[in-house]
Amino acid sequence: MHGWQELVYNLAFWVMTLLTVGGAAFVAWSKNLVRSGFALLLTFFGVAGLYALLEADFVAALQLLIYVGGILVLFMFAVMLTHKISDVNLSNESSPQRGAFAAIYVLWVFLVYVILATRWPDAPQFGRTATVEELGRGLMTTWLLPFEVVSLLLLVALIGAAYLARPLAIKIIEPLGSANQQAGLAKPAGWSARGAK
Amino acid sequence: MIHLALGMDWLLASRSVQPFLLVGATLFCLGLFTVLTRKNAVAVLMGVEMILNSANINFVAFERVRASGVHPLTGHVFAIFVIILAAAEAAVALAIVLSIYRNFHTSDVDQATLMKG
Repeated sequence: MHGWQELVYNLAFWVMTLLTVGGAAFVAWSKNLVRSGFALLLTFFGVAGLYALLEADFVAALQLLIYVGGILVLFMFAVMLTHKISDVNLSNESSPQRGAFAAIYVLWVFLVYVILATRWPDAPQFGRTATVEELGRGLMTTWLLPFEVVSLLLLVALIGAAYLARPLAIKIIEPLGSANQQAGLAKPAGWSARGAK
Repeated sequence: MIHLALGMDWLLASRSVQPFLLVGATLFCLGLFTVLTRKNAVAVLMGVEMILNSANINFVAFERVRASGVHPLTGHVFAIFVIILAAAEAAVALAIVLSIYRNFHTSDVDQATLMKG
């Protein structure tokens, strides 16, 4: 790695770190839930950049596609659906922070000390080729069983989410009856005798 | 003890994995702080996502310095699985939040206390 390449690399690292940590700090301290969501976008983008700097091209692309394109949109939907659109302000009340901040600060200092005091292996030279082929081969051979299990889990989770998020069953039946009437379908025998509309 | 004595190489992201681990630790702490202090359930979930992202940074960073063994790119595979699980978790959790909001007309985690003994 030439000198200027290394300079660019470290500069990109600090930019991505700033995006990640700045966005995360904004999420942690912002009072406005919608702004927290948009700051989370910066965090996810910065993490994707860090993956790219670590030569994990496929994981970086997945991070952008799934987190920024999927999960963040889901979060914004949840924010908008659980609050009236007009009162986006002050929806993010927080409980007393001082004790939590002290505990987390101690934990952070401890983690930083451990990371700095440990002798990690030196990073190898750059120049790995694209990881997609190797990853695809691994997912189809070594990691085939976890791959299939996690696909099943994703299916179950999505069905469960759809079941949880829909309204109660009674509310679904009523519009069906009125839709049948509008379409001019024959009423079942004894329909009006039961007091239905 | 701390590697300051060895020069500033540990601070360079191109030479060492330590800066990435430091970012991961910071992101983890900020996510934990969000989880601990927020009352809104959606904000708590944002903190959980930040924690999962910090774990992923560590997975990918250690994969970079790992001596390549029998299974290449194990760290990347783990990161991919974590991303998939995060997606499933977010879908289910947000559906629960919507359900709670419909029943309690709030999405604050300390308001829905029906099952508290």
